[in-house]
Amino acid sequence: MALLEARGIKKVFARLTALNGVDLTVAENEFHGLIGPNGSGKSTLMKCIAGAEMPTQGAIHFAGRDITAAPPATRARAGLSLKFQITSVLPALTVYDNVLLALQAQDSLSSLVFSRTRGPLHERVLHTLEQFRLAARAGDPAAALSHGQQQWLEIAMALAPEPRLLLLDEPTAGMSREERRVTGELLIPVKRRCSLVIVEHDLDFIRDICDVLTVLDQGNVIESGPVAQVQSSTKVQEVYLSRV
Amino acid sequence: MADESVASSAHRSVSRSGRIAIIPIVEVALLAIFAVLPLVLQDYLTIFVTRVLILALLALSFDLVWGYAGIMSFGQALFFGAAGYSVALLARDLGITSVFIVLPASLVIGLLVSLALGSFLLLGRHPPTTIFVALGTLTGSYAAERLARGWYYLGGQNGIPSIPTMTAGSYELVEGPVYYYLAFATLVLVYLLCRFLVRSQFGLALAGMREQEARIAFFGYRVERLKAIVFTLAGAIAGLAGGLYAFHEGFVGPNMLGVVLSTQIVLYALFGGVGTLVGAVIGVIAIEMVSFWLADSYQQVWPIILGLLLLLVILFRPTGLIGLLVSERERVGTFGRRPRTLPRADHEGQHGPA
Repeated sequence: MALLEARGIKKVFARLTALNGVDLTVAENEFHGLIGPNGSGKSTLMKCIAGAEMPTQGAIHFAGRDITAAPPATRARAGLSLKFQITSVLPALTVYDNVLLALQAQDSLSSLVFSRTRGPLHERVLHTLEQFRLAARAGDPAAALSHGQQQWLEIAMALAPEPRLLLLDEPTAGMSREERRVTGELLIPVKRRCSLVIVEHDLDFIRDICDVLTVLDQGNVIESGPVAQVQSSTKVQEVYLSRV
Repeated sequence: MADESVASSAHRSVSRSGRIAIIPIVEVALLAIFAVLPLVLQDYLTIFVTRVLILALLALSFDLVWGYAGIMSFGQALFFGAAGYSVALLARDLGITSVFIVLPASLVIGLLVSLALGSFLLLGRHPPTTIFVALGTLTGSYAAERLARGWYYLGGQNGIPSIPTMTAGSYELVEGPVYYYLAFATLVLVYLLCRFLVRSQFGLALAGMREQEARIAFFGYRVERLKAIVFTLAGAIAGLAGGLYAFHEGFVGPNMLGVVLSTQIVLYALFGGVGTLVGAVIGVIAIEMVSFWLADSYQQVWPIILGLLLLLVILFRPTGLIGLLVSERERVGTFGRRPRTLPRADHEGQHGPA
């Protein structure tokens, strides 16, 4: 059974229909790319899945549970993790504390009050920071990081709690070519650990790491399937690729 | 002993951030000064400083809600006054004056009232806005004051006068050095508790909430619950302060519940600087000392001078008086194990092969 199943997702903002009955299925350990022109509804779909927006219609099932109306914290506790499009690390906290904050999020209240996981999580924080090449900056405030490093920190924070599904909204936006390459490298080992839904404008990047692509245009799915199949689809080439 | 702890905390802070930490030094200095004050002050001044200590508890409760949890509460006096009235009634009508009953009772009453108001304001279906909570708490405080003014059983405008003295067994805790040390010990205890809490992993969650409330829900934090917990805890502290205040003054009145006092608490904390705990205490000391001195020397104009002083600090020093001494980095603090003490060579080693 699929890990994530979104059926007939419709989202209407005032007079704008951002999503018009979108279906999305993500299997375990699948890397699923969402592409489409600007305004095609990619980010809105991500937000509906994560709980930042409530769909006007449709149902979302995650790991066998109906999460259509669940608040974000409940979804996170079920194993859904999100990296927003806009970088939103916690600027005044140290890089280390940013990761710790993400790791301890599901601890019990008494565990937080008595700092019971401060010691046990130490190694995991360091390991995560090393993985994302941030170990040397552990003690600096997150605000002092470069834009690319802040994006890595966010991905690190989204991945740290070992989610079952990671939602990445434009992880390489504003990154240099070299930073993009490194980001791709950083994401490869993730495949063994969880599924991924990624929104990205860089098509080379997305082709390299994804198994399945879904193409959105004006709130509708126009094609969905393995990368090779989507790439050869004339419909996609007409609607999307030709315009980019 | 005091010197020793300054040395050890300064040493620890240096190794953490490379800079000397100011807050622990200020804390120990204040602790040392206030520990000996009654020995050098005349009794009428000791009574005045006791009042300052009790108000510091109240400011501390506001610092917790606003400085740490980002909840703007204009209702701390509500919990203070509700507890004050309750223990006054316990003493008047039931003759209960034992410190071991009245202080825990005032704490519980503060807790229950804030729990009730907090559940209503914070745990609704939709996350409340800052303004909603500010107005909600303000209204609560206002309504409580009006209620007390009009309620005959509570003494109406006059409040409840001549509350019996607080007792510990057969010993009477009269105002002066004895009551001073009771208030001092309570303040130190509550302060240490708050300090422990805001520096724990729970404090990290609060710091995250203060900075990016919307973001941390996506990690799995139940933001509204965190807020309600801090609000209730702060209410309990305000209640405790109310119990101490009622017996110290020997009377309670409607002003103890009202908007004026609620606002005054906000100003204490903003003046001293929120989000450091010690800033709130400094705010109370500074404002009360200045008022005391001005009221003596410049009877007519002191409220104007005080008002201007407050405006100046709040407009030009958003971090308050403590912000003059303490960096933003120290104010936020660190929560994990000392990140800076990691040997640098280790990271370099792991950089290469990636």
